[in-house]
Amino acid sequence: MSFRPAASTDEALALEIRGVSKQYGRFPALKNVSLQARDREFLALLGPSGSGKTTLLRVLAGLEEPDAGEVRFGGEDFLALPVRQRKVGMVFQHYALFRHMTVAQNIAFGLTVRKRSEKPSRSEIADRVADLLSLVQMEDLGKRFPAQLSGGQRQRVALARALAIEPRMLLLDEPFGALDAQVRRELRRWLRELHDRAGVTTVFVTHDQEEALDLADRVAILKDGELIQLGKPNEVYEHPATPFVFDFLGQSCRLPGMVDGGRLRVADWETAAPAGAPQGAVEVFFRPDEVDFAPADGAGLVAQIQGIARRGPDVRIDCLVEGATMELQAHGPSLPTGVTSGLPVRIRPQRPQLYPAG
Amino acid sequence: MTDHVAAPPVIRSGGDIAPRPRRLKEHSILPGFGLSLGITLVYLALIVILPLAALALRPWEIGLDGVWRTLTDERVAAALKISFGLSLLAALTNAPLGLLIAWTLTRYEFPGRRIMDALVDLPFALPTAVAGIALTALYAPNGPLGAMAAKIGLKTAYSPLGIFIALVFIGLPFVVRSIQPVLEDLDRGVEEAAQTLGATDLQRIAYVVIPALGPAILSGVSLAFARAVGEYGSVIFIAGNMPLKTEIAPLLIVIKLEQYDYAGAAAIGLAMLAISFGALVVMNVLQIALARRGRA
Repeated sequence: MSFRPAASTDEALALEIRGVSKQYGRFPALKNVSLQARDREFLALLGPSGSGKTTLLRVLAGLEEPDAGEVRFGGEDFLALPVRQRKVGMVFQHYALFRHMTVAQNIAFGLTVRKRSEKPSRSEIADRVADLLSLVQMEDLGKRFPAQLSGGQRQRVALARALAIEPRMLLLDEPFGALDAQVRRELRRWLRELHDRAGVTTVFVTHDQEEALDLADRVAILKDGELIQLGKPNEVYEHPATPFVFDFLGQSCRLPGMVDGGRLRVADWETAAPAGAPQGAVEVFFRPDEVDFAPADGAGLVAQIQGIARRGPDVRIDCLVEGATMELQAHGPSLPTGVTSGLPVRIRPQRPQLYPAG
Repeated sequence: MTDHVAAPPVIRSGGDIAPRPRRLKEHSILPGFGLSLGITLVYLALIVILPLAALALRPWEIGLDGVWRTLTDERVAAALKISFGLSLLAALTNAPLGLLIAWTLTRYEFPGRRIMDALVDLPFALPTAVAGIALTALYAPNGPLGAMAAKIGLKTAYSPLGIFIALVFIGLPFVVRSIQPVLEDLDRGVEEAAQTLGATDLQRIAYVVIPALGPAILSGVSLAFARAVGEYGSVIFIAGNMPLKTEIAPLLIVIKLEQYDYAGAAAIGLAMLAISFGALVVMNVLQIALARRGRA
């Protein structure tokens, strides 16, 4: 069975969002957001709560109407279509299953509500439900009610229900938000495989940066209703556009510095400034685990080690740098050479990111 | 250590080892079970069980034969039929209307919504005789609504239709107030899911909203039914009280009492009690079955 939507001739662009704004009373939820998704792309909308990511998803589904802007899908004006004609498969954080229906009835719902002329026969519906049940690995559970399932199973049913209508686009609103960490990771892998097999353009909302970076083809980072950065996971991780993105994508350390004539100076340490660095006073950001250690008489920033704590596979190193406490990280069982509690070492960030100060 | 383990059980003065007392209920961590159950039982006994037991005992003074003759009397049978038939009809009529009102009150924001919300409770608060007189004034042949109905050949007051109107009036708040909180708590995501799956508004309401409200609707209907069966004040003014045609069972009981036929009155009362109890049990079983489907 194929879950491919009706073949789209435009391979390049499936979804085009242009200048979408939405206001709730006086609170702007979306400010002039524009972005595109290619056919069969897996796009993650990432941001803290209140960033507008869920509002954008609901605009795509037709559950919210934007105040301004344009949404096109496969060249068609999507905003002109009512929700039920958009054929998008939506998966909600709290599953939103029909409690009074069995799993099989839930999955069949989108087919049974079709107009008589478009409705598959009873046996076709049964076959399709069986196929979907096996796709979500729940072959034997079709007769159960949602209340008799675990959270992970419920979300798989919700996904099967959304796929049953052969959606043109799959929209997922924090689908794993209510599940525990172990189940989340399993479902994440599985969802990606499912997407690759089904080949549906997918937009995925999450506030978990690890999830977004792990799953998506491209990540859109939103803050306060604005699109801050859009790119492949490794691009945005390695070159965050703003200090906010740097902070949001992982743990960060920061120090004030100065760029002058291609040289970066932080306290008494001087090194070549990375290409494209801003001139003048800068904020130097780096990841706590992307640091080289050197002996106290070597080159780098002086760090006074204050404490060393093992945390599972990692080692946390608390130190004092330029009068401020800093938390560094090293991987693996052995400590970097020369790192001893109470003694100074020199540290050099491997890939400092520079942003204009202020 | 070993000698401690083998320590003999303490022998009580009676010589027997006290057996572990059999428990009637699972041990609860919440204190006060005995007291709460005691008060509940005493209260129920005084308010519900004793009067009903008296009612159940009274009719047999006239013997099984007398009870049978009372209940098979044409006038009594007709009154029971009118009371239960119209009560059920009124309660069922209130289901769609109550649902619509609850829907309007919870789903839309409009000026006067709060006032309308408060109005729903009025049939609860009004003395029923006042309601009965007001309804009669409206629906009597010379009243504004009664005159209009008469033009199209409908007799409202002093007919079964009048009784029906009064019973709808007093039953409405039960249905609305049963549905409203459940409707308010209904997860909007479920309806949105139905919409994205292609359901029309009607399909969404029929397949998603109403099944979710099923137990609440049923509970409202059974409350309204129970209330309507026992209703007296609002009905007797509008009914006209013609024997065999518009005479309700509670009125017949009053008539028997006025004739000092206490046993006969109690016989009718007992019959009403039995029928009501049966109907409520059926509705409760249905309601539990409906509610269990979604939870299990």
